[in-house]
Amino acid sequence: MSTIEMKHLTKVYGDGFKAVTDVNIDVADGEFLILVGPSGSGKSTLLRMIVGLEDISSGELFIGGERMNDRAPRERNLSMVFQNYALYPHLTVFENIAFPLRLHKNRTDESTVRKLVNDVADVLELREHLERKPANLSGGQRQRVAMGRAIIRSANAFLFDEPLSNLDAKLRGQMRTEISRLQRRLGVTTVYVTHDQTEAMTLGDRVAVLRRGVLQQVASPRELYEQPVNLFVAGFIGSPPMNFLPATVGDGVLDMPFTTLPIPEPVAAAKKKGDLVIVGVRPEAFEDASLVEEAQRAKGTEFTANVDVTEWLGNEKYAYLPFEPHPDVQVALNELDRELDGEAMRTQLVVSLDGSSRIRQGDDARLWFRPSAAHVFDAESGDNLTRDEQRAAEIAQEQEDERKRELERARDREPVNA
Amino acid sequence: MAAEISPRAKAWLAVAAVPIILYTLLPIGWIVSLSLKPSADITDRNYFPRSLSWDNYKYIFTGGGHDVFVPALINSIGICLIATVLGVGLSAFCAYGIARLEFPGKRLILNAALLTAFFPAISIVTPLFNLWREVGLYNTWLGLIIPYLSLTLPLSIWTLTAFFRQIPWEMEQAAQVDGATSWQAFRKVVLPLAAPGVFTTAIISFFTAWNDFVYATSLSSTTGGSTPFKAHGSQTVPAVLGFFQGPSQFIPPTGYVAAAAVIVTVPVVVLVLFFQKRIVAGLTAGAVKG
Repeated sequence: MSTIEMKHLTKVYGDGFKAVTDVNIDVADGEFLILVGPSGSGKSTLLRMIVGLEDISSGELFIGGERMNDRAPRERNLSMVFQNYALYPHLTVFENIAFPLRLHKNRTDESTVRKLVNDVADVLELREHLERKPANLSGGQRQRVAMGRAIIRSANAFLFDEPLSNLDAKLRGQMRTEISRLQRRLGVTTVYVTHDQTEAMTLGDRVAVLRRGVLQQVASPRELYEQPVNLFVAGFIGSPPMNFLPATVGDGVLDMPFTTLPIPEPVAAAKKKGDLVIVGVRPEAFEDASLVEEAQRAKGTEFTANVDVTEWLGNEKYAYLPFEPHPDVQVALNELDRELDGEAMRTQLVVSLDGSSRIRQGDDARLWFRPSAAHVFDAESGDNLTRDEQRAAEIAQEQEDERKRELERARDREPVNA
Repeated sequence: MAAEISPRAKAWLAVAAVPIILYTLLPIGWIVSLSLKPSADITDRNYFPRSLSWDNYKYIFTGGGHDVFVPALINSIGICLIATVLGVGLSAFCAYGIARLEFPGKRLILNAALLTAFFPAISIVTPLFNLWREVGLYNTWLGLIIPYLSLTLPLSIWTLTAFFRQIPWEMEQAAQVDGATSWQAFRKVVLPLAAPGVFTTAIISFFTAWNDFVYATSLSSTTGGSTPFKAHGSQTVPAVLGFFQGPSQFIPPTGYVAAAAVIVTVPVVVLVLFFQKRIVAGLTAGAVKG
């Protein structure tokens, strides 16, 4: 168990391509850190730099306080789960899991190996598959064998490289919970790479969002969701993604499609009349006005708009409202969309309403939202103008306290002699 | 691989195959037939022997031919086995390096290997003959093993490179992260996975050496008698067959030569039948996935 400190980590390939640029992250002992970003964001490269499969071009890496830059992978005492599991096809499940134990000079004796493997197999429910070859296992079983091989050794940290991306949706959900439980139980520092924001939000104590090799924000999932630093983070976190509406600064209000918004304090200070900004509102910040209680209603803004399509999912209902975008802002938004691996066909506002809403497609619907839920971004730099640093710090503190409590609880409940 | 062949096309292929099979099998059948004929019947112009006799086999194993044929057989087996083990061992390291590492001159090594493979042996033999006599390698086992390595190495390097390339990089990286040294990763993960390839390469190398005639006739002069590990005497079976005299100059040695030819063909046929699939996989590995 160890801390991992990344100091100005940079990776430049031979052809001059910068895959990772000046990344600084400190991972606390026992913390679960997620590296997330769209494809090509350098998250896997960063992970492979930590484990030692990629050289570090510049910057320093410390694990447990020791400088690791020049150490070979086997000297770093980390264990890793690969995207395609990388199980050894010529060995049985038992031997696959026992593999790390059999490599050391002062070999663990056979009875200890047997006991350790059986313990791991019990945790991962692999007991009845121990004598089979990996080729005969299902995807989920292979995944668990790979995890078994990772946890058999008391490694300083676990590293996961998109471990769930080869599984079907249902299994992915199950394994996600399984990984979370295992990590809490063992209390081992973990770095986990994914491109899936759901995995990032559900698993991580903290999430590091990367874009083209540059770290955008490291924060708890809640802080990322509530106080994103820029347009990219805001667009990446949350599903369905945040709506971005072009707006112009008017007299005390922001003019945007469908409605107007009172100008928040920081925006008024930074922008002058006629300037373009981007307003971001999450779909779940909207509600069917008829379902909002009177007391609440007064605190928000209401507007009427024509609903193009609705989708009812039982507990909620999505409504899509097309609008004409401002051409200047549209370029920036299209660019962002491409980076997030999206391919939006049209500009529309997506709102998530209560499942009991009676709004149907084609209706002129009366919708409500709270202006304080809106973020305002600079149209050029993408910076969040309304980010509340004080609130962000509060959230970070709360989350850190919660994480420590959780870890202690887990350790009290099941003392593991890892 | 799984190209669909219609039944009609299959039938045509079968019909076309018959003459080819006959063409290749007839001489082999003839050799077998000759080896089983009593010496009086050798020239009776019958494809099938009228009466069967094991005399030819008895002659080369226990009779007068024993002193020539058995040491030659031992030479053949010994030289080819050593050349194969050395060749596969060396080419495994070389191929692993080529498959895994990026270094300048990589293509050069592969192309040079290919060039050596196609270099006509006959043009090397004469200088080699003089050189070997000077340095004392003429008519020794080592004197044949070295040229055989030059025959088998290029082929082995190419086939093994193709096999190593098929093993996912990640497998080895996983081993490294698990705590393996490079040597452990190679021995415990890469080699077992490449075992079919190594095996195929070994068989192909063995045959290349086993079937060689040019080097064997030129770089050796005697079989070395019945004790194989003498410093001198390295004639292999193909070379011995070429100069086989028989018991007297009035009896043509045809029957004995035929029997000996059958004996050296047997291991080839048995091995090929046993490992047919693997050999084909080895030969096409480079073509399909290289």
